[in-house]
Amino acid sequence: MTLTKAHIVENLFAENVFTKAESAQIIETLFEIIKQTLEDGEDVLISGFGKFSVKAKNQRRGRNPQTGEPIILPPRRVVTFKCSGVLREKINHGS
Amino acid sequence: MTKSQLIEALAKAEGITLKAAELAVNVAFESMEKALIQGDRVEIRGFGSFKVKDYEGYKGRNPKTGELIEVKPKRLPFFKVGKELKERVDSGAR
Repeated sequence: MTLTKAHIVENLFAENVFTKAESAQIIETLFEIIKQTLEDGEDVLISGFGKFSVKAKNQRRGRNPQTGEPIILPPRRVVTFKCSGVLREKINHGS
Repeated sequence: MTKSQLIEALAKAEGITLKAAELAVNVAFESMEKALIQGDRVEIRGFGSFKVKDYEGYKGRNPKTGELIEVKPKRLPFFKVGKELKERVDSGAR
């Protein structure tokens, strides 16, 4: 099974605090805040879950794999995730 | 940004109490955590997906002492960045 945003909205709605529409809106905003923070270049640390980091990659020389032609790959920024130790333990002992 | 700062930002953006925002953040991450513990995938459109990968054990060395050690098999969540987030983060660099 795959957990999707819809399931998270259901779980929030099941807490009987928000309407279905509010639950959907809140979860949407929650992920938007995380995305915007990462876009601004700031890391997001969720204790007990993990850390989303923005890493800068330098410009590097690569090749077009189809033609073998050398190309310059521009510097870029990527997001990485590091699982928290607590979650790692739970995942390994849950098996 | 920490979890408590995320809660504050969510409360402000949605005009809800800190307690309500905390509930939402906890439900979201606990849902994802529970799925991963069960070995399920998590897929959040535009953000990314998580899946638990199994790593086999191997014989390695302690890099400090050179001592031979056995690394046990383990499971780790792997995060694949979603298309939208990937593009937004990269364009934020320019």
